[in-house]
Amino acid sequence: MQPTPNTYQHGFYPDERGRFGDFGGKFVPENLMAVLAELEVAYKDALQDPAFMAELNQELASYVGRPTTLHYVPRFSELVGNDVKVYLKREDLAHTGAHKINNALGQGMLAKRMGKKRIIAETGAGQHGVATATVCAKLGLDCIIYMGEVDIQRQSLNVFRMKLLGAEVRSVDSGTKTLKDAINEAIRDWVTNVETTFYLFGTAAGPAPYPRIVRDFQAVIGREARQQIMQQEGRMPDQIYACVGGGSNAIGIFYPFADASDVELIGVEAGGSSMEPGQHASTLVVGRPGVLHGAMSYLLQNEDGQIMDTHSISAGLDYPGVGPEHSYMKDSGRASYVTASDATALKGLEALSRTEGIIPALESSHAIGYLLEQGEQGKIPAGSLIIINLSGRGDKDMMTVAKAFNVNL
Amino acid sequence: MSIYSRDHLDKTGVGARLLQVHQRSLWTVVAGEKTMETSSISVIEQDGHGVPAQKITRAFERAHAEKRGVLIPYFMCGYPGIKASVDVILAAAEGGAEIIELGMPFSDPLADGATIQHAGHIALENGMSIQGCMEIAKQVSARCDATLLLMGYYNPVLSYGLERFCAAARANGVSGLIIPDLPVEEADPLQAAAYRHGLALIFLVPPTAPDERIAMAAQRTTAGPGGFIYCVSLSGVTGSRQELPAHLQSFIARIRAATQEHPLPLAVGFGLSTPEHIASVTSYAEGAVVGSALVKLIEQHQADDPAAAVKTYIQSLQKQ
Repeated sequence: MQPTPNTYQHGFYPDERGRFGDFGGKFVPENLMAVLAELEVAYKDALQDPAFMAELNQELASYVGRPTTLHYVPRFSELVGNDVKVYLKREDLAHTGAHKINNALGQGMLAKRMGKKRIIAETGAGQHGVATATVCAKLGLDCIIYMGEVDIQRQSLNVFRMKLLGAEVRSVDSGTKTLKDAINEAIRDWVTNVETTFYLFGTAAGPAPYPRIVRDFQAVIGREARQQIMQQEGRMPDQIYACVGGGSNAIGIFYPFADASDVELIGVEAGGSSMEPGQHASTLVVGRPGVLHGAMSYLLQNEDGQIMDTHSISAGLDYPGVGPEHSYMKDSGRASYVTASDATALKGLEALSRTEGIIPALESSHAIGYLLEQGEQGKIPAGSLIIINLSGRGDKDMMTVAKAFNVNL
Repeated sequence: MSIYSRDHLDKTGVGARLLQVHQRSLWTVVAGEKTMETSSISVIEQDGHGVPAQKITRAFERAHAEKRGVLIPYFMCGYPGIKASVDVILAAAEGGAEIIELGMPFSDPLADGATIQHAGHIALENGMSIQGCMEIAKQVSARCDATLLLMGYYNPVLSYGLERFCAAARANGVSGLIIPDLPVEEADPLQAAAYRHGLALIFLVPPTAPDERIAMAAQRTTAGPGGFIYCVSLSGVTGSRQELPAHLQSFIARIRAATQEHPLPLAVGFGLSTPEHIASVTSYAEGAVVGSALVKLIEQHQADDPAAAVKTYIQSLQKQ
């Protein structure tokens, strides 16, 4: 049965054109079409190879440290109030400190299987860059990371980690000098070196088949969480919160719950310093559909279709696009998307640190701060069972946070 | 009103010649009515300008008859300034350029090298927009007879509205469109609008394209109102290079073979900059595109007379 494009139907998309309803597709220079087709075939082949999947699962367990825990946070729950019970899916405990490793490992193993020895990747906060550099070191692959000049400055620790892991970090000084420009430059490299190079894309965006590949490799988060919440609470959660930049951690936890229509899925975008144009990165909340980085999806663009500048205190959310499956989930009403400001994120970061001894990444802090403020305003139904995807740990952000709190380190 | 009423060529010959070029195209000519129609395409044909894309076909036919190639320069609309870009485009036409690509700037030009990225950035800072590009097309088409193609990324076109874009392009004297991030799989909506307005939609074919994809691009082009195949000389982004790629001629031969059933003019672009490049390429292809080299030239001559420099350069490219 062919569903109408934007009615949510679980497990139907992406279709053979790489679409999620009206979104997705392959809007790329022709020079990449052959390699995208090759990737699609290789990926499907790997999925059906029990040996590949067994090796992936083995590495996820012993190298990444999966399953990560689903951890109850009683003192933070109390702050939210109204007898809600909050659990954190602890992706911050995964090797390298964020969920990015799930996808980097999967794609890295796929690249090796395809015989590609040169890996390129983009990174914003540096977490995907670190995860990619880590996997390349482990698998013996050459690694080049593109990173915006602005992000290099605010994430110098992660730059050092990548170099230590043997990666070459290339500074991108075009455009806004952040994640979107790093993706542009990585795509230019890929167009040029397409025969030898595997583009290890970090988020659930980009041309097909990337949104699906990234979702599949990240869906381990949601599969584990679903099993864990049933074991620990004996019931499904009422709400799941995740931060959304490109949307990989969010789709990873949303997707395995999306067939359960009673579970409310809430994506929290970066509200930046204000909702004025250029001051935030709330793509799904205020953007409109368009084409960027190979896919049709919601975009922050001006009236003339030029991509707008964005701002977020967290480099990982500082992106004017979003994965096409989120656009589909928004338009079909399966998930809702909201926005949390820089200040709300900082508040969430501080609250979780002080109540639970867990310093979250600034990205994840958007989801934490949003829930906290909703709770304070009495907007969370009494007794709700809630999961927040704690997508990464906050160590990398300490310079930024100190600066925001006017502390000189 | 007949669609050929303002044709520069004789009225009865055009359709026949078009059929020679598009031997297996869907196009049929109803000689008595002098209208063109197909089973799947209906062309809006009320303004008496003829099918715009035929102007492309005629440019290649003229060059073929004179045993030369067609030089296709590229200019970024709004670079180095809005008025200055009109001047350099007109200078190129005066220098003998018959087909001219008008670049539409985009904030995220992922198929372009540093030179065109920079020009696009300046153009946007100068306030260039899709509407602005249409204005430039209008001014240029009013003052010279060159065939104009709009080239740019998909999102600004989509944002402007596909139908509105194609109607405006046609009304402002444009003959065809080149959208580097729109492969055939995603081209249907724009293609339908373009063909409805008699505009060519030109597909780019790089060395990594397998034969069946090359044939697919050719088949789509011949099913439309006209055009050519844009052969991308190398795997990479735009930007001038010292040497032509080693396997360029054999790549063009491969395209020729793969498009045998849908023969079209072949124009080569990416990396060309010298008279020797142009002479070499047009010995086995019908056209040669020059972009980044022109942008650099304009940048070098910003302080004096970029239009004069462009005219001299365009003339020099055709001398060999």
